[in-house]
Parts: sequence; C-alpha cells; structure tokens
Amino acid sequence: MPDMARKTTTARKATVTALAWTVGFLIFFPVLWTFLTSFKTEGEAIAAPPSFLFFDWTVENYLTVNERSDYPRHFWNSVVIAVGSTLLGVLIAIPAAWSLAFVPGRRTRDVLMWMLSTKMMPAVGVLVPMYLIFRDTGLLDTKSGLVGVLTLVNLPIIVWMLYTYFKEIPAEILEAARMDGAGLRSEIIYVLAPMAVPGIASTILLNIILAWNEAFWTLNLAAAKAAPLTAFIASYSSPEGLFYAKLSAASTMAIAPILILGWFSQKQLVRGLTFGAVK
Amino acid sequence: MGRITLRNVSKRFGEVAVIPSINLEIGDGEFVVFVGPSGCGKSTLLRLIAGLEDVSGGVIEIDGVNATGLPPAKRGLAMVFQSYALYPHMSVRRNIAFPLKMAGMDPAEIARKVEAAAAVLNLTGYLDRRPGQLSGGQRQRVAIGRAIVREPKAFLFDEPLSNLDAALRVNMRLEISELHQALKTTMIYVTHDQVEAMTMADKIVVVNQGRIEQVGSPLDLYRAPANLFVAGFIGSPKMNLIGGPEAARHGAVTMGLRPEHIDLSTSAGTWRGTVGISEHLGSDTFLRVQVEGPGMITVRTGGDSGLRHGDAVFLTPQTGRMHRFDADGKAMA
Repeated sequence: MPDMARKTTTARKATVTALAWTVGFLIFFPVLWTFLTSFKTEGEAIAAPPSFLFFDWTVENYLTVNERSDYPRHFWNSVVIAVGSTLLGVLIAIPAAWSLAFVPGRRTRDVLMWMLSTKMMPAVGVLVPMYLIFRDTGLLDTKSGLVGVLTLVNLPIIVWMLYTYFKEIPAEILEAARMDGAGLRSEIIYVLAPMAVPGIASTILLNIILAWNEAFWTLNLAAAKAAPLTAFIASYSSPEGLFYAKLSAASTMAIAPILILGWFSQKQLVRGLTFGAVK
Repeated sequence: MGRITLRNVSKRFGEVAVIPSINLEIGDGEFVVFVGPSGCGKSTLLRLIAGLEDVSGGVIEIDGVNATGLPPAKRGLAMVFQSYALYPHMSVRRNIAFPLKMAGMDPAEIARKVEAAAAVLNLTGYLDRRPGQLSGGQRQRVAIGRAIVREPKAFLFDEPLSNLDAALRVNMRLEISELHQALKTTMIYVTHDQVEAMTMADKIVVVNQGRIEQVGSPLDLYRAPANLFVAGFIGSPKMNLIGGPEAARHGAVTMGLRPEHIDLSTSAGTWRGTVGISEHLGSDTFLRVQVEGPGMITVRTGGDSGLRHGDAVFLTPQTGRMHRFDADGKAMA
C-alpha cells in the first residue's frame, strides 16, 4: 500500500511538472518566436507555413536596424526614464509607506485602496489633459517629463509593495530607535531602510522592469528626442508597412537588456515578491 | 535625576477609556513596578511615560519639566522591550552605540563607553556578533546595554523577562536589581508576575482596569492590601477569600486568610476538613483542604507534612492575621 501511495505522488508530480513546463513554454513562446523571426529574411518571416528552426539564419535585420535608427540613444533614454522614475518613486514612497504601515489611521485602508484604484482607470482617459499639460509646460518629448509621468503611474505599486514589506518589520524596533533618540529621518535611514533592503531592492527591480516596458505614455508623450526603446520598436511597425523581421530584430534588441537584468536578479525578485507570503 | 509625575493622565483609544485618570509620583532613584493582569493598562501607562503613545488628557512631568508633548527622543528615558527590539542588521557593538551615535557623541568616546558597558554585562566577547547569533539572555543584556550607555534619567522595562526560561528569569531579575543598586537610577518596571514585583520593587503600583488599586512597598501590600483585588493578586499562592456566614461572624462580607497564616493540626482546631491535592515544593508544602462551610482552603505547611489525600485535618486561623473586606471589596480597619 505505501508503494501505491508513492506511485500516485510520482504521477502527480509528473503531471504538475508537465503542466508547469507547458504554461512556461506558452508564456515564453512569443518571445522565442520574435527572437527566431529576427534572424529570418523578410520573405521567410511571413512565409506560410512558417519554418521553425530550419531557415537561412541571417543577421542582416540587426545591421539594417542599427543603420536606420539610433539604438544607443533610445537605450540610454530607456535607462534614464526607467531608473529615474523608479528611484524618484521610491524616494517618495518610503515615507508614504512608513506612515501607512506604522501610523495607521481610520482611513488608511481607504487611502491604500484609492491609490490602487488609480491603476484600474484606463490611462487613455487622462491622455488628453496630460498631453495638454505637457504641451503647455514644455515637457513634451523630454526625459524629465517621462520620468515624472512614469513615477506617477508606478507610484501606487511602489507604495503598496513597500507598505507590505514595512508591515513585516516589528514596530517595537522602530520604537526602540525613537527611545534611543532617533528622529524620524534617522529612524528611516538607519533602522527601517536597512531592515527593508530586500523588499526595497525587489521593488526597485520590478518597477524598473515595469517602467522599461511601459509603452502607452512613452509613445504618446515622446516622439523623437526623449523616445525610449518602445518608440524604437514602434518605428518599425507603421510607416512603410510591416517588416516583421526588422520589427522582431528591434524588439529583441529592446527587450534583451531587461531580460538579462531579470535573469540575473530573479532570485531577488522571487524572494521579494513572495516576501511575507511565506515566512 | 529622574523624578516622574503623572497628573490626571488619561488615555482613550477611540471610545474605550483604557486609562480613565491616573495620578502618580515616582521619586528619583526609585525602583517602581507596575503590576497587574494582562490588558490592565500597565504597558499603556509605561508607553505614555515613554512618549510612544500620546496622552488623551493630563500632564506628565519629568524632573519638574512638562514632558507631555515631547517626542520619545527628547524625554531622556531609555526603554527595554519584551521582544528586546534589537536592530537585527547591526552588530552588538553598533546596537549599543546607536543611542550615543544619535546623540552625536565623538566616536572615540562612543567606543570607550560601549566597551565599558559590554564589560559590565559580560558581552565583551560578543561585540562583533549580530543579535541573531545570541541567546535570549544575551540579547536581553544587549538591550540593557543599549539602555545604560546613554545614562538616561530613568529606565523603562516592559515585561523584559517574559521571553526567558524560568532559570534565566531568576538570574536576570537579580542582575537588574544589582544594576539598580549600582546605578541608583529611577527604574519603572512593568510585569504581570507578582513574584517579580515583590522581589524587585521599592514601590509597587497595582493596576487593574486602567486604575491604580494601591501603591506601596511590597510588604505594605502584602500586610495591608487595600482591597480584594490587591489581596488576591499579591502573594503566592493566593490568599484564601472566604465569604458567607463564616465572614459575617467576623463582621465582614469577605474575609481573607493567607495560606501561611493558618495553623494545621491533626487533633483539634476551628475548622475540620479533608486533604485534597498537595503541592510539594521541597521547603514548603501547599495543601488544598476541603472544609465544610468555608470551602476549599489552601494551607502552607512544612516540607514534609506526612499528610495524604483524604486525611482529616483541623485548621485554625492565626489571630490578628485576618483581612476583612466590606461589600465594596475595600479593606476594613
């Protein structure tokens, strides 16, 4: 009988593993397909039925893309916008999350829900006013303008994430710091922030990824000078019709940096995202 | 100096008055213990003094200066928490140095003071460890070290020993008492353990439902409890409280007799009863005796009484050791 029990477990394990791999592959497939297409000729890219691996591999698309557009400039813009908006957001969110976590009032839950509710609103609903504000203040197509708007877009998520991490820190330790003569600033800098380092790090990582991939605002509010990699990809989709192979090459170049960052920090990310859920 | 005065101090959480109104005077150098059952408001009272909670009304004075609105950092008090509340990301050295660093003290001076405190608390070999690498007793010593380096006006202890095992608790109790002897600084100590209160305090403040039931020296409270609550709370095992006609015969609604104030005999006495459970502590034995009339009565006897379950015994209250309480539970003269 115990033998049978073990067999059942093994069978279940195999099923679950197969299911996980299937789901994983389905999620990964578009990225893989884009990657493969980027090495095809334009003809092979639209061939039906498509060839999976057996085609004439070429790097021609990458050369064309590099010739036609300024990859380093877009890359740099993406870095500045993603990192800048994340750091600015974290600076604003740490005190906010501190007060929500450690000095809760009667309306704390409402405030948190309200913050999150702004994420449920379709962005296009405020596009026109935002566009006009940007035009009138001269922020259109500037990196500082995009840093500002992406900070606002991701701020609720940053506050929420930091709030959940801060909730895990025993309030008594912060009270001890207060008894030891620490003012609010010292309390946050010397005690809260160092204790929340894993949480703050994964918040930063996740938000850099979110900001890097953000397309709506970056495409609508920046066209040339400040345009990040999202605009770099988009520039291959419209004017002269669709060129799948070149579009794929541009996409691959745009997502590669963030994929590499994610790959190297995945341990930190997983730890951060499950922090509090599993003790 | 460390004189603390509470005037009409009250605390409400929303509609609930945790502390209706308290007046209390704590003298310089006193070891004061707040004792009471869980949830009686004693910890809240300590946190009000610390400044970790804001008062809802009244005035807190420290050394004659109104400190009611001051943040904890400006009150010059040090606190030792039940959970120790050490900074887990800092070494023992940096934990103890933290209050001095916050005070902006010169690093050389800080190093000297930390070494000195570590020597007093037997922590010298552990200065470069993290709190996570220490035992419970060592962590508690680090928390005390962090409190003493800054030479506060008063120490506040919030149930500091409840996370330690019994043997360690007795040791740390002695260490804290010795520390008080050496420093002569005011200490306020919160506990629900009346043994800690009795053994450590110069002055005990018995708190119940946010009110002070009685203030006095341990022996004052033991000899003359002001009411039924104090009578039942101070002393171990508990005082026998007897109501009904037996109390009425002595002109009281309730009468109290401590287990050590009842004479035991196998031949004759006031009450006749049957031995139930015996608790042998070695030096003493506590017998639970079922008596007709008064009911179950606890009696202290010598280490080897020889009495067994079911034996018939006679109990006689010692004259002049009886406590009498009126209908409101107040002690009668």
